[in-house]
Amino acid sequence: MRYLPLTADDRAAMLGVIGAASVDDLFADVPVPARLPGPLDLPAHQGEWEVEKAFRALAAKSLSPGEVPSFLGAGAYRHHIPASVDHLIQRSEFLTSYTPYQPEIAQGTLQHLFEFQTQVAMLTGMEVANASMYDGATACAEAVLMAKRQTRRPRAILSGGLHPHYRDCTRTMAGFVDHGVETLPLDLDGTEDLVAQLGKDVACVVVQYPDVLGRVRDLTALAEAVHAAGALLIVAVTEIVSLGALQPPGAMGADIVVAEGQSLGVPLSFGGPYVGLFATREKFLRQMPGRLCGETVDADGRRGYVLTLSAREQHIRREKATSNICTNAGLCALAFSIHLSLLGEAGYVRLAQINHGKAVQAADRLAAIPGVSLVNQGFFNEFTLKLPKDATLVVEALAKKRILAGVPGARLWPEDPQAANLLLVAVTELNDDGDVDALVAALAAEVK
Amino acid sequence: MLNRQGRATQPAAVPVTGPGADATFAGDAGSILGHRGLDHEERLIFEMGEEGRSGVDLPEPPKVESRLGGLARQGRIGLPGLAEPQVVRHFVRLSRRNYAIDLGLYPLGSCTMKHNPRLNEKMARLPGLGDVHPLQPQSTVQGALELIERLAGWIMTLTGMPAVAMSPAAGAHGELCGLMAIHAAHVAKGDARKRVLVPESAHGTNPATAALCGYTVDPIPATADGRIDLEAFRAKLGPDVAAVMLTNPNTCGLFERDVIAVAEGIHSVGGYFYCDGANFNAIVGRVRPGDLGIDAMHLNLHKTFSTPHGGGGPGSGPVVFSDALKDFAPLPFVRREGDAFRLVEDPREAPKSFGRMKGFHGQMGMFIRALAYMMSHGGDGLRQVAEDAVLAANYVMASLKDVMTPSFDGPCMHEALFDDRFLKDTGVTTLDFAKAMIDQGFHPMTMYFPLVVHGALLIEPTETESKDSIDGFVAVLRGLAEQAIACRGGQGDPAAFTEAPRLAPRRRLDETRAARTPVLRWKQPA
Ligand SMILES: Cc1ncc(COP(=O)(O)O)c(C=O)c1O
Repeated sequence: MRYLPLTADDRAAMLGVIGAASVDDLFADVPVPARLPGPLDLPAHQGEWEVEKAFRALAAKSLSPGEVPSFLGAGAYRHHIPASVDHLIQRSEFLTSYTPYQPEIAQGTLQHLFEFQTQVAMLTGMEVANASMYDGATACAEAVLMAKRQTRRPRAILSGGLHPHYRDCTRTMAGFVDHGVETLPLDLDGTEDLVAQLGKDVACVVVQYPDVLGRVRDLTALAEAVHAAGALLIVAVTEIVSLGALQPPGAMGADIVVAEGQSLGVPLSFGGPYVGLFATREKFLRQMPGRLCGETVDADGRRGYVLTLSAREQHIRREKATSNICTNAGLCALAFSIHLSLLGEAGYVRLAQINHGKAVQAADRLAAIPGVSLVNQGFFNEFTLKLPKDATLVVEALAKKRILAGVPGARLWPEDPQAANLLLVAVTELNDDGDVDALVAALAAEVK
Repeated sequence: MLNRQGRATQPAAVPVTGPGADATFAGDAGSILGHRGLDHEERLIFEMGEEGRSGVDLPEPPKVESRLGGLARQGRIGLPGLAEPQVVRHFVRLSRRNYAIDLGLYPLGSCTMKHNPRLNEKMARLPGLGDVHPLQPQSTVQGALELIERLAGWIMTLTGMPAVAMSPAAGAHGELCGLMAIHAAHVAKGDARKRVLVPESAHGTNPATAALCGYTVDPIPATADGRIDLEAFRAKLGPDVAAVMLTNPNTCGLFERDVIAVAEGIHSVGGYFYCDGANFNAIVGRVRPGDLGIDAMHLNLHKTFSTPHGGGGPGSGPVVFSDALKDFAPLPFVRREGDAFRLVEDPREAPKSFGRMKGFHGQMGMFIRALAYMMSHGGDGLRQVAEDAVLAANYVMASLKDVMTPSFDGPCMHEALFDDRFLKDTGVTTLDFAKAMIDQGFHPMTMYFPLVVHGALLIEPTETESKDSIDGFVAVLRGLAEQAIACRGGQGDPAAFTEAPRLAPRRRLDETRAARTPVLRWKQPA
């Protein structure tokens, strides 16, 4: 077995030092009926090329978004990842190290986390950010829990414009505290009135920006109303590239910003692992979930970094911790930081402009198809179309023509009939004119 | 020998000066950390670069009228601009300030720092697996769904359990999954309960998770031999107990001998048995948790099944369930229907499910790596993994027990637990001892965990170390232990410990200052 260095002689010598007759002696504490006499009924070990062959066979069954025109979004976006990102995250010293518990020999990871926290705070327009959460959806749940602790109020109101996965994760993960969460239905015509929901017992209001249909809305007035009611405004961002073109939530009065960082540096990978971003105001620091990296000095007075404020965390506070999170999304956070560092301010802003520009062009062409209309006039790189027929069937039909047209509404709101004809379409820098031509032609033919 | 420029021509002639010059080296070759000429200081990325520069060439944006609803970003973000070589150099330099399993033995107990095969990385990047979108039509991702189903099959066989939830993102998230299923099961019986029993030796995530689900945590003491105190456990049982969370093998590196009695006890009051499976590496292929009476258990794919820790994640924490709990498992899940695979996402198809707990379907990238690991080992190799891991830990224990103080007698499982009795009266603490290891080129073991022994030092060598490697590690620890013991009664050189590390990229960092006046991000100097 290529990963197991011990030889039979080594094993015998080691047993000799231990003073055991056989390895079975070391398992003496296992109750007799639970001891397996031999290997389980599983395939035997295999060499590299045999394993590789099996995986290639599975991979070959997919229609890859990289190979066909693809307009899939709804919380996961296909962007170009510079080659050096994947090279750098595979450096042994990053890939194969643990959480930086020994800061003297983990300054690489720690300095990166400090840079990551700074980048996240900058993009979101917030004061502080943590060292990552599992993903955007779980970060959203953590934000609601934090708002309840901070305000000591029971109710959380989730806008119908929040991605259903975020809504559902928040409902499950924050469901045990006080009154759980209240969710508003999908709001197609944009008339949702969140301010009417406010009251003395409301801890927070959660909105998505741009929302799940792609709409962009100024949150300033909402933030003011939420603050006047003594509650916190939580803003979820599923497409982090959008903040290269849009006002950051922090500039509109958000108290907590959670985001999915996948768009920068992290491959689609069928939905995970991704990286949750979590940013807030300094005054809420002590209620933050997750790890925080801070600057300090070493015994020689040299600048260095450590994990800090851990009195919030499970390993110190146990049942009184602000969250149970331990392992987070370190390596995906690194990919995020490297990609963003490569882009720099100019590249990040331009990338956002390209996304927006291409989306505008595609939206106009798609909306010109007879029977197809645009649900939202304002958007970043994703918009929603209303089709004259069931969007799931259209998407399936286009997939047969090797076009991944977008995400049908029923995939996100299976129980809501008004979602049946909706199609969420995302356009990124990777979609060229040919992709849009193909989609327009195929969609026009399909809805005729 | 010096050359004409007065430079040394061989390492032995290099004068060693500065802090740490007098520290003990690992051997004739000098310290592993000896190449200080290549140790670059590196500024923060925000202290470099220039406005306008970018490491990515992008075309002109299309000229369109903005549809951003008047919300176009105003003002600078503050990101620096660098070309690709600068960024690459920055991160490569940072990388060199990290210890890693690829550099040496990484004995962090409870963390299972084993070799991370690169085949797994390659498989995770295959087009058709690594680049598929989570919401594309299911007919176009049958291979990906089949892969999840196949991994689930391996996990169920290895654990002897009838169901597995794949979506939890890490161990702690798996604990949450398990406890939420338990909560849902009690609620379904109209019997929401209050208390969860958690041994004092448990990992912090256990009580934190129970609290997140609204339970009161009731601690159970450990016996003198490092296991759950069965009498104390039984005394705490009652009709309001929802579950017990027992780690097995436990955090002292010991198999819970009374595990079956614990299962019977918790079931006798209508509670459920949650097992923390973070230490599954010790028993994979030798013991099936399903034979021990458990109802739910998470596996850390980033421990037992070698998906890389990546400096703190990502992980993956699938949870196996008994028949009693399986209907309460989260959405989504993959169902085989004839030759096809279907992802069940609609709550109406799983009315008892407690719901969704993760965006999309779980940590696919980790599933691919873990399955590649399992297939590489096969059923035979996985059993050998457990045997070699346990053998290595017992070998470390046997090789050090005369100089360090093992906390408990008898064989251990995959990790060897010592306490700080051997450091008594030396002026050297567990922390000092751990830091001195750094100057010898090793990452320290887990310190001060579990909490049930004083000044814990928990060593997990794993099965991927050669005997040579373990022997080198043991030799260093023996040397340090002897050196520490020589400090008893004010003798010896305690500074070699209390001042350590001296050869690392940084000496000890001021954690008090970091916490008192938190600086959590870079800011443009005023
Ligand atoms: C015993 C034990 N339980 C639970 C966990 C939590 O796992 P994770 O870090 O994957 O959330 C860990 C690891 O950190 C552990 O060692």
